[in-house]
Amino acid sequence: MSRIALGKDLVGLEQLSREQITAILDTAEPFKEVSERPIKKVPALRGKTIVNLFFEPSTRTRISFEFAEKRLSADTVNVASSGSSVSKGETLVDTARNLEAMRIDMVVIRHGSSGAAQFLGDRIRSNVINAGDGKHEHPTQALLDLLTLRDRFGRIEGLKVCIVGDVLHSRVARSNIWGLTRLGAEVGVCGPLTLLPREVAELGVTVFRRVEEAIEWADALNILRLQLERMTAGFIPSLREYNRVFGVTSARLAQAPKEIVIMHPGPMNRGVEIDSDVADGPHSVILPQVTNGVAVRMAVLYLLAGGSPDWATSGGDA
Amino acid sequence: MTTTSPLLDAMAMRRVLARMASEIVERVAADGGPVVLVGIQTRGVQLADRLAPLVAPQLAAPLQRGVLGITLYRDDLSTIGPSPVVHETRLPPRLDGTTVVIVDDVLFTGRTVRAALDEMADFGRPRRILLAVLVDRGGRELPIAADVVGLTVTTRQDERIMVRVSEVDGSDEVVLVPRSES
Repeated sequence: MSRIALGKDLVGLEQLSREQITAILDTAEPFKEVSERPIKKVPALRGKTIVNLFFEPSTRTRISFEFAEKRLSADTVNVASSGSSVSKGETLVDTARNLEAMRIDMVVIRHGSSGAAQFLGDRIRSNVINAGDGKHEHPTQALLDLLTLRDRFGRIEGLKVCIVGDVLHSRVARSNIWGLTRLGAEVGVCGPLTLLPREVAELGVTVFRRVEEAIEWADALNILRLQLERMTAGFIPSLREYNRVFGVTSARLAQAPKEIVIMHPGPMNRGVEIDSDVADGPHSVILPQVTNGVAVRMAVLYLLAGGSPDWATSGGDA
Repeated sequence: MTTTSPLLDAMAMRRVLARMASEIVERVAADGGPVVLVGIQTRGVQLADRLAPLVAPQLAAPLQRGVLGITLYRDDLSTIGPSPVVHETRLPPRLDGTTVVIVDDVLFTGRTVRAALDEMADFGRPRRILLAVLVDRGGRELPIAADVVGLTVTTRQDERIMVRVSEVDGSDEVVLVPRSES
């Protein structure tokens, strides 16, 4: 089997080839089983030290990374922006260099500025994994979305996936668009024009003005959270009106020509972008997404740790 | 292309496996408990597939099966090169009290077996673990020995033993390949 290197960092899916993305998804498969074992731990990353550097609040992603790291036997340290030197005005690169001076191996970073992960990766020797940077990318979320779709449909190629909602503020949307198109899926986006980025058509996606049209078209909907904390200008008139026009409701799904798989990266605003009976319905894969998140992150950590491109491939019947 | 003739051709391989199967039966019979035949990914799995129908009819209890992907337990992640392939592990829900027979194609340094033993310990506590290999080529780097051996050959460090099985490689044979050709 041919081996595909990922490089030093995982900044986004934009830089990855179809083969690299597929290699990550394939590697995630056996990692699913590790979380089902009586002892949910393998020694693959024993002795590696990983810092989870979270400049933005996060529960699901941080815990998911932490589980992935622990199940690979890495030693982990969590740094949150509040209560650390970051709140004293230390720059990102100083924080990272200080951590690196303590001989760490990997940094998982979540940051409010687009490009923060790349910036860091270019300046430190440790592997850097982007856990979400501003409005840029959130690659591991898109990878777990891809894995969940592949589990459900057996393939990505030719699938019609519509991303619904606040695409403008969404790094999840951007990473999904890169990943899905690279693997041969058709991508749609649907939302109020104020929440769709102007350049969206250049990304090769279909724009739906009405959620009913998106539902008629799609095999799967990836429903984004309305990011209330990032909305400084009046993008939408009111949450109630948003729900009335763009909310994914069971009444709307009932009109679909086929059953549609429902995804949501969380946390959900129930009753805003998604109704409770859809989120908890039979076609929702929202919780399998979370389960897959740990497996995909284990795969990424493992591949980056072993994937230094200058190492020779040693075969051999050991 | 290999210039050497195979150490085992398909017919000889069948004969050797049959003998290994009866040796396995002899060794596990005394334990009396459940027996689990576990193939190490990748060629060990096919060899276990061949041994299972030979072993199972001679046992009192049903023969259980398992598959062991040891990549995550290797001690050389930093030297095996980019993106190592991770294979799945599937073992019976209870290993405690069983007799486990680990099956692999080639026993060389012993590091794969060390990894397999470590992984097994995370799943339970078998009563006994045996090791059955098709080829023992010497060159151990750890104090590990096989209980059932199909073929013992003396090799140089820079030679390779290739076990081919028809399910994966299209033919059944064991060949010795000088390093310069591999």
